[in-house]
Amino acid sequence: MNRRERRAERLVLACFAVTFLTGLGLLGVYTLGGDTQVQGVLLALCLGGLGAGIVLWAQELMSNEERVEERHPLGTGPEGSAAVAEALTDEAGFSRRRVLQGGLVAALGGLAAALAIPVLSLGPAPGRSLFETPWKKGLHLVGFDNQPVKADAIPQDGVVTVFPEGFPGSADGQTLLIHAGADRLQLQGDAATWAPNGFVAYSKVCTHAGCPVGLYRAAQGQLICPCHQSTFDVMQGAVPVFGPAARPLPQLPIQLEADGTFTALGDFSEPVGPSFWDMRLGG
Amino acid sequence: MKAPRFGRRERPVVDPIGRPLNDPARELRDAEARGDASAVDVIADPEPTELERITGWLDERTGLAGLVRTTLRKVFPDHWSFLLGEIALFCFIILVATGTFLTFFFVPSASQTTYAGPYPPLQGATVSEAYNSVLRLSFDVKAGLLMRQVHHWTAVVFVAVIVAHLSRVFFTGAFRRPREINWLIGFGLLTFALAEGFTGYSLPDDLLSGTGARIAYSAAISIPLIGPYVASLLFGGEFPTAAFLPRFFVLHVMLLPALFAGAIVAHVGLVFLQKHTQFRVGRAREDNVVGRHFWPGQAFVSGGLFFLTAAVVALLGGLVQINPIWAYGPFDAPIVSSPAQPDWYVGWLDGSLRIFPPFEPVILGITIPSAFVPGVVIPGILFTIVGIWPFIERRVTGDRAPHNLLDWPWESPFRAATGAAILGLFAILTLAGGNDVLSAFLDLPIESLTWLFRFLVLAFPIAVWLVVYALCRSRQRYPAPDERPKGGIRLVRNATGGWEEAE
Ligand code: FES
Repeated sequence: MNRRERRAERLVLACFAVTFLTGLGLLGVYTLGGDTQVQGVLLALCLGGLGAGIVLWAQELMSNEERVEERHPLGTGPEGSAAVAEALTDEAGFSRRRVLQGGLVAALGGLAAALAIPVLSLGPAPGRSLFETPWKKGLHLVGFDNQPVKADAIPQDGVVTVFPEGFPGSADGQTLLIHAGADRLQLQGDAATWAPNGFVAYSKVCTHAGCPVGLYRAAQGQLICPCHQSTFDVMQGAVPVFGPAARPLPQLPIQLEADGTFTALGDFSEPVGPSFWDMRLGG
Repeated sequence: MKAPRFGRRERPVVDPIGRPLNDPARELRDAEARGDASAVDVIADPEPTELERITGWLDERTGLAGLVRTTLRKVFPDHWSFLLGEIALFCFIILVATGTFLTFFFVPSASQTTYAGPYPPLQGATVSEAYNSVLRLSFDVKAGLLMRQVHHWTAVVFVAVIVAHLSRVFFTGAFRRPREINWLIGFGLLTFALAEGFTGYSLPDDLLSGTGARIAYSAAISIPLIGPYVASLLFGGEFPTAAFLPRFFVLHVMLLPALFAGAIVAHVGLVFLQKHTQFRVGRAREDNVVGRHFWPGQAFVSGGLFFLTAAVVALLGGLVQINPIWAYGPFDAPIVSSPAQPDWYVGWLDGSLRIFPPFEPVILGITIPSAFVPGVVIPGILFTIVGIWPFIERRVTGDRAPHNLLDWPWESPFRAATGAAILGLFAILTLAGGNDVLSAFLDLPIESLTWLFRFLVLAFPIAVWLVVYALCRSRQRYPAPDERPKGGIRLVRNATGGWEEAE
């Protein structure tokens, strides 16, 4: 053994020693209560020592001799493929029965249809579910606690997330009630009548990919979706003014009751959330 | 010849009269000439060593001795970039190991419970069983957080290494005949890995994971006409559903790993059958393999590399926090956090969704959803191009010959330029996926940044294509690495007083 080899051997041994010691150390640290950082470092040293030792051993102490191996084409040529084709088809009882082959394929098609049953059980047919939310005429606008929200609790430029009475936390019924101010709102037609005293309610589900539209920039009167920054103009009926969303947030028709609470006049007039191909065909 | 050290009884090294037994043929002749029957027996059929007994026992029952011998003596070409695929495999093993540990604690259920663990800010909060169990794993189970973080870090490294390996195979033309099938299998492995990453990311049921799942649901819904059905079958109804956590769990821990493992066997099996490609250096030719024997040299290097890979992810998992779900809070449909950043390998998809202009035409009453083109069509096209690249390139170049020698990347400027442009496109989309973070960091309005990215996403890949193409062409004028004379280039003074390369 020459000096270089002796040095390499000592190095490999040192690496293995690191593994041995840190392994024991890791067990000790764990028993004494454990600490993620310390355990991580010890584990890394334990594994690293082993890895480094093994690689060093291979690189420094094993023959690094260059070997040459012949490479032959894998294919067995035309005879090979002909033989396979023959083996597949030489049973006349199989290959000549064309009618039966067709029947077999048809039968398998039927089996595939039968196998669709468990797949179709995986979820209900969407039906009208994408067109509807729990909102109905007369339902109060409530908070997370299912208590009706009051107009005087929402200051000018204030925003609250509201739900249909009885459905707090509802994913498709979630709505933003915004105190936009009567003088700033520029709604047309029906939409204007659905905004009593400068309060307006829009679906909180982004029409792009369904994130909750969480951010209200009162100064600009804009709602911003945090997912892809679609921006909706609250004063103009929540039309998208920037970002990937292309459809306004549907407006919830609401009215202000005598006791200062709000009720819905009905469901949204359009599907909420992300669009789908037949949404305008009425489902 | 020295006897192997494994045996209890050693093979005799001297014959009965004390001569060294180093030439069995001569020993045999001598013994026969002497008429020494017992010596003939020993020499012709020496006592097997312990190791030989074991291999013999196995061979008698499997007949695999020949195959094993061939495997041990198989030659592996030596280049650092050939180790990338191995590292990906090691990551998978580490993922299975740490993941198995995690399944022992994880509860894949959306039913609600009240958090009563040691993390003060969440005490008393209503959370899902899934979220609760991940908190328990992080705070109550000893070394649980370490395992969780190692798992997550390994996943992050895993996809990165797969992409690096795929790039190596791409830029060196290793996918060419006869290796097209293995390119397809490898591409399948990439998609399985991405699906694993996505389903895993969704399981802790924290605020961020819920956001990712919701966007996936919206992308599914945007599929032409059957979209709402596909989404409903996948999620078990309209998002958010109680069914989706247990389903993603089964996909994540059973179906996808099984597919992945099967595909890995096929992938490695084909490399074994077809033998590894090699660079055109030294004695390497189309019809040979030059390198190191699998055993022990190559096997030791690979085994060591496994532990080194594990060491790196252990260090990351121990020291660098990842996905602190307690800071994000539990998933709640009406709440979203900003900025919502996915794992790096999904960022490009997010970027595509972010910078695509609002486009939702209604044609004959049919609505094309705004998420459809950036969320389904563009990823579909990009992945299809990558997936069928061997066939595209064959069309373009007309090269149908088998190749066992690799190209240097610049030797095929079209391929190199196209690959670099695709990588560039993904890079821009990934950056665009962080446009809110960038906007805060650069103090630029998000609107301007988005327009910048809309421009870059078209211009940058084209620029990359042109630059890489030109670079490759100019690199072609110089000799390939192996053809360059050892010890550098010799310059000589020419007649006009300038320098030129000596022949
Ligand atoms: S989900 Fe709101 S912008 Fe994409």
